Amino acid sequence: MTAAMALPSLHGGTMRERPMQLVCPAGNLPALQAAIDAGADAVYAGFRDQTNARAFPGLNFDEDELRRGIGYAHARGRKVYLALNTYPDSARLAHWHAAVDHAAELGADAIIAAEMAVLDHAARRHPALARHLSVQGSATSAAALRHAHERFGISRAVLPRVLSIQQVERLCASAPVPLEVFAFGSLCIMVEGRCQLSSYVTGVSPNRHGVCSPARFVRWQEHADHSRTVRLNGMLVDRFADREPAGYPTVCKGRYDVSGEVFHALEEPTSLNTLELLPRLAAAGVAALKIEGRQRGVAYVKAVTKTWRAALDHHRAAAERWQVSADWQQALSAHAEGQQTTLGPYHRAWH
Amino acid sequence: MKLSLGPLQYFWPRDRTLAFYRAAARWPVDIVYLGETVCSKRRELRLQDWLALAAELAAAGKEVVLSSLALIEAESELGALQRQVGNGRFRIEANDMSAVQLCREHGVPFVGGPTLNVYNHRALALLIEDGLQRWVAGVEQGRVLLEELRDALQADGGRMPELEVFAWGRLPLAYSARCFTARALDLPKDECGFRCIEHPDGLPLATREGEPFLTLNGIQVQGSEVVDMAPERDSLSALGVDILRLSPQGEDMAGVVERFRGMLTASLAPPAAGARNGYWHGEPGKAGLPLAP
Repeated sequence: MTAAMALPSLHGGTMRERPMQLVCPAGNLPALQAAIDAGADAVYAGFRDQTNARAFPGLNFDEDELRRGIGYAHARGRKVYLALNTYPDSARLAHWHAAVDHAAELGADAIIAAEMAVLDHAARRHPALARHLSVQGSATSAAALRHAHERFGISRAVLPRVLSIQQVERLCASAPVPLEVFAFGSLCIMVEGRCQLSSYVTGVSPNRHGVCSPARFVRWQEHADHSRTVRLNGMLVDRFADREPAGYPTVCKGRYDVSGEVFHALEEPTSLNTLELLPRLAAAGVAALKIEGRQRGVAYVKAVTKTWRAALDHHRAAAERWQVSADWQQALSAHAEGQQTTLGPYHRAWH
Repeated sequence: MKLSLGPLQYFWPRDRTLAFYRAAARWPVDIVYLGETVCSKRRELRLQDWLALAAELAAAGKEVVLSSLALIEAESELGALQRQVGNGRFRIEANDMSAVQLCREHGVPFVGGPTLNVYNHRALALLIEDGLQRWVAGVEQGRVLLEELRDALQADGGRMPELEVFAWGRLPLAYSARCFTARALDLPKDECGFRCIEHPDGLPLATREGEPFLTLNGIQVQGSEVVDMAPERDSLSALGVDILRLSPQGEDMAGVVERFRGMLTASLAPPAAGARNGYWHGEPGKAGLPLAP
């Protein structure tokens, strides 16, 4: 057992001492600054390589940018978490370990990791650097969380987007560490860390390479009737009529034929939006709300952070009078995938 | 190399399941994995039924392992897992970290299932400390990754646990909170009517061009094709693979087992009877897709 620590219970219902933290995506330095300026309590970022699950071209931070970003956040009393949440194979493990060392040297406030060897290295070498279990760690029960807590001394865990709100509430009461949940953004329909659809088609996976359905495998084709087809490494993911809105072709968001019917057999292009659940998440003792979207631009980060900041501040000031504002919902919908939002797995009927 | 019958991934009626395993007692497989790994709502057999089957198969000379659910969501599922882990006789295949932790807390050794996300030697070494005695590699773990993992573990002074590799069946690719079978039938998950039972080999999904692509199996998504690793016999053997996993399918499993048993001692590896597993070769998992666009 390494560095396991007893944590004070955060489960005091509405009498909690600590308000829910707002954790926002930072795909680059301008997004980091926008998130901090718009009221994020913490941002999460990654190095410009395959050590994190948004290893997209042109995204993420080199050392100098990260140093400046951490300086910017710390000067304003906010935190920076470094996502090191992919699964290295043996040949590349030393590189992930070096990334952990690097995060510690740069003064990151925590690492967000999923892989046992990465967490173990961090716990042994940098016990003072907080370790959050990433959503990619697929921990959905108190027992799984106990493992990461007892073995690697995690001080927080991010839950996969699979549990209903009732299940989240119960897990908050039984988990050995405070929990962070996804509040808004693109929705993985599969259990994070448990999806091989991308590598089935491209050989490249979120777990191993930090990217799902990579852009270099995507081919759009426009036809004479103005319809468009989109393929991933040759496999037809979808076909769109003239002017029909078309989203990014991850395997899970295509339309397919099942028993002669063509539909979004796995998931529609839609975003998770849990705004209306905010009071329940707060009452359950959720420690932090996470906004997805390191691949999104400054405008998204700014608008979504500002909206959630306002909602959280209103709730903190007067929880009993809190209600969802139409302005907030409008602002969030404008930045949702396909301009549609869903309560997703939090709502039982979605399953 | 030994042969195992992996856990039944599909949902079959009770009588069919019992008949399948009673027949399997006579097949030349060494190890049988029993239990529901996909959906806790599938209850044609309860734990006591699985345990009774386990006792029958053990009496027939099989090594029996109880496989755990890959995705734990409800506290009731965790309770069921507790009872499985505490069965007192049979080893557990731990298919998520909840099961690893419960085995660890009970001080019982376990088989690390294919959904545990082990990609390197240190992770495997940590699980060995937790009680792992055998490791079933996940679908993405191809030959080169496994070789490097084995070499690195040995260089650290570690010893490889028994290594089991998926050798026949549709590759399990993803798990979700959502039931895709219920969705395809336009039913809410909570009122699914257990319709998976009508699809003993899953529900096929094709692209809009009619190209077979995936298989829907409740909350699990599989590849469309049955992969056959028998042609890779010599590379499996050279790697030190101890056990080949045959995943139960609706038809002619007896023939599949016979073929694998025969190929283990044949002078040459057989020609393919199923799809190539691209993952094994470091390619896209689906056979025939290029490495780069």
